[in-house]
Amino acid sequence: MEMELLAAGFGGQGVLMIGQLVALSAVDENKFALFFPSYGPAMRGGTANCIVIIGDKPIGSPILNEHEHVIVMNNPSFTKFEPLVKKGGHLYVNSSLVSEKSTRSDIQVHYIDANDLAGKAGANVAANIVMLGSLLKVSHFSAYEIAEKWIQKKFAGKGEKVVKINLSALKAGFEKA
Amino acid sequence: MGEKILMKGAEVLGESAIKAGCRLFFGYPITPQNEAPSYMAKRLPEVGGVFVQAESEVAAINMLYGAAASGHRVMTSSSSPGISLMQEGISYIAGAQLPVVLVNVMRGGPGLGNIGPAQGDYFQSVKPGGNGDYHLITLAPMNLQEQIDLIYDAFELADEYRNPAMVLTDGLLGQIMEAVEFHREKDLSSLPAKPWATTGINHRKKNLISSFDLDYDRLEAINHQIQDKYRIVKEKEVRYESYFADDAEVILVAYGTTGRICKAVVDILRSEKYSVGLLRPISLWPFPEKILQQLAQKSTTKGFLVVELSAGQMVEDVKISVNGVKPIHFHGRMGGNVPSPKEIIDIIKTIQWEGK
Amino acid sequence: MSPELKQIFKPSPILTPIQRSFCPGCTHGVIHRLVAECLEELQLAEKTVLVIPVGCATLAVDYFELDTIQSAHGRAPAVATGVKRSNPDLFVVTYQGDGDLASIGTAEIVHAANRGEKITTIFVNNGIYGMTGGQMAPTTLIGWKTETSPYGREASREGNPIRISEMLSQLNGPAYIARTAVNSPKAVLGTKRAIKKAFTAQMKGLGFSLVEILSTCPTNWGFSPVQSLKRIDEETIPYYPLGEFKAVEGL
Repeated sequence: MEMELLAAGFGGQGVLMIGQLVALSAVDENKFALFFPSYGPAMRGGTANCIVIIGDKPIGSPILNEHEHVIVMNNPSFTKFEPLVKKGGHLYVNSSLVSEKSTRSDIQVHYIDANDLAGKAGANVAANIVMLGSLLKVSHFSAYEIAEKWIQKKFAGKGEKVVKINLSALKAGFEKA
Repeated sequence: MGEKILMKGAEVLGESAIKAGCRLFFGYPITPQNEAPSYMAKRLPEVGGVFVQAESEVAAINMLYGAAASGHRVMTSSSSPGISLMQEGISYIAGAQLPVVLVNVMRGGPGLGNIGPAQGDYFQSVKPGGNGDYHLITLAPMNLQEQIDLIYDAFELADEYRNPAMVLTDGLLGQIMEAVEFHREKDLSSLPAKPWATTGINHRKKNLISSFDLDYDRLEAINHQIQDKYRIVKEKEVRYESYFADDAEVILVAYGTTGRICKAVVDILRSEKYSVGLLRPISLWPFPEKILQQLAQKSTTKGFLVVELSAGQMVEDVKISVNGVKPIHFHGRMGGNVPSPKEIIDIIKTIQWEGK
Repeated sequence: MSPELKQIFKPSPILTPIQRSFCPGCTHGVIHRLVAECLEELQLAEKTVLVIPVGCATLAVDYFELDTIQSAHGRAPAVATGVKRSNPDLFVVTYQGDGDLASIGTAEIVHAANRGEKITTIFVNNGIYGMTGGQMAPTTLIGWKTETSPYGREASREGNPIRISEMLSQLNGPAYIARTAVNSPKAVLGTKRAIKKAFTAQMKGLGFSLVEILSTCPTNWGFSPVQSLKRIDEETIPYYPLGEFKAVEGL
C-alpha cells in the first residue's frame, strides 16, 4: 500500500508537524517513508508545505505530479493545490479558514472546521491535528494508537495539558471525516 | 541497528560517518546542510569524538588535513560555495595522498545562488576543482539509505587508496527525512593501520606528509605513482545501477536525485509498454564508461537522454563514453528546480528517437 | 677524547645532517637550531609534529628529524588544530614566516590563538617576502623599498606595518606571546628562553603560545649579513619592541 500526502498552509499552522507525524507513525509500523519539506518557490503565496510518501517498498520519486491526499489549511493553499489532487483522491479543507469550495467532481472533498473543533478540544492551534485525525480516518496511514503514541511523544515536552488537547483534536478530526 | 528510523538527510550524513568510525568533524555553517554540523556537535562528544566549528571553510579543510595526516578518519560537509573555498586544501590533501571524506550538499549557483537542490558542482568534483592532476573518488547517492552506505564506503575507499573521497548529494537529499536503517558499524579496533601518519617520530624513521618537491623528476615520479593508483581505482571501483537498460530503446542517464526521479519515470513508462531504461552512475569518478560504451553498441539502443540539475555537465562524460555511436539528448533544470517525472516523460515522448 | 676536554657543542640530533639551502646570512638556521635545542632539552622530539607552510620556511620540511606536515600558505594553524584535536598527546609546532602568518594566514592564526589551541607558533618576521623574491609584506616597515613598494612603503598607500604579537596578546586564548631577536649572542639566548617558555605553555596545557622572532633577509633587503643584523637594532626593533606581551599565571 502506498500513500501520498501534500499538506499546505501558512507557516505556523503546523503543516510540517502533520507530515512528520504521518511519517513517524508509518515508520513505526515498519513502512518506508519520505518527508519532504518544501522551501523556495513553493513558499511564495503564503504557503509552507510538505510532501509525505509512505509505502511497503522503498520510496521512488520525491517529486510528484499530483497527490492522492491533499490538506489545505488556508485560501492560498486551496488555490494552489486543489488542482493537484489526483483523480479519485481526497482534498481536506480547513473550512474554518478556507472560504472557497471545490468544484471538482472527480475527487472527494472533506470540509473540516478544524479551528472550531480544535477550539472545543482546548486550543485553536491544534487545528493541524484535527486535520491529521481526518486524514487518518480516510487514509489509514497507521493504526489509531500509533498516531496517538507519536502525538504523545512529540508534545510531551509541552506538558500533559497540551498532549491531552492534541489527543482530543485527533479524535475530533477522526470522527468528523 | 537494523531498525527503521526516520531521519533528516543532513543528520544521516553525520550518523553514517560515526558508524564508519569517524570521530572528528570540522566544518562551517552553510545552508542546506546545517543540520550535519549541528548533529555532530551534539553527537560526537557522546562517542568520545571532537567537533570544531572552524572560522571558515578554508580553515575547516586544513583541519581535516591535519587530522588525516595524524592518522584519523575525518569528515566535513558543506554546500557548493563552501566547497569552492575548500579547493586549495583538497588539492593539498590529494597531493599529500591523505584519506578524508567530503560531503557536498549541492545548491543552486553560480555564486551565492540559492539553497535549492542542484547538481552544478559535477565538474568541480570529478575533473576536479583544485590545481594539479588529481581525482576525488566521487559517489552520488539517490536516497538516504544509499547515502548511509556510500558514506561508509567512502571512508573505506579513502583509506584503501589514500585519496580524498567526495559524497555528492543535493539540497533535496539534505532536507528530506526518510526511514533508514544502519546495517553496518565499524569496529574501531579494526580501523586500518597507518604507518605513514605523523604521530611523533617515536624512535622510527621520520614521516613527512607533503605535496611539495622542488625536484622535477621526483615530483613527476610522485605524479606517476598517483596516476597508477587512479588506474586501479578506475578498474576496480566503478559503480552504477542498470535499471531495465539492457534491452531498452531509450536509455536515461542520471545520478543522485535525478537518478531517483528517472527510476520512477522508467517504472511509469514500462507500465505503458514504453521501452525505456536507466543507467544511474553511482561512482561519478571513476565514471561508468565501459557500461555506457556497451549499451551504446547494442542494436536495440536508439539513444540516450541525460537528465541533470545543471546546464549539462555529466553529459560531457556520457558523450566521451558513447563516442558518437548513438545520439545523446539532454534535459537540465537549474536554479533549485527539480523536474517532475511527468516533465521528463514529456521530453522523452517529444524526442525523435528513430534518428533524422 | 682526553679527560680534560669537554664537549660543549655538537650537531643537534633533531636536525638532519644535510646541506641547507638558505641564503648566506639568513637567520632561519639559527632559529632552527634553537627550536631543536629546546625540543631536545625538554625531551619533546619523539612526540612532536612540525607543521610547515609556504615560504622560505617550507625548506625546513627536510631539515628536522621530526614528523613533519607541509601545509598550504597561511594554513598551518588550522592544520595544527586538526593534529592536536585529533591527538592531544602530540606536541605540535608551526613554523611560519611573516607573509604566511601576517598576510594570507591572518584568519587562521587569529582564530587558532583565540580558541586557545594548545599549539606553539614560531613566527619568523623579517619584514619581506623572501621565497617569491622580495615583495612587500604586511610587516614591511615604512620607507622600506621592496619589489612591490618600489617607492618605499607609505602608510597612506600601502598601510601600516602590522604588529602581530601586540594584536594577538589582546585575545584570551593565548598563554604566552613574546617578541625576540637573533641578531646578537645575547638576543639568541633570549630567544631560546622565550621558545622554551612557549613550549612549556603547551606542555602544561595552558593555551596557545607564540614567539615572534625578528629576522633578516640580506638577499632581498640588499644588505650584507652584518649590515642586516645592525638594521634589526636600528630600524626593526624601534617599531617592533622586544618583550613578553602575554604570559599567563602558572608559566
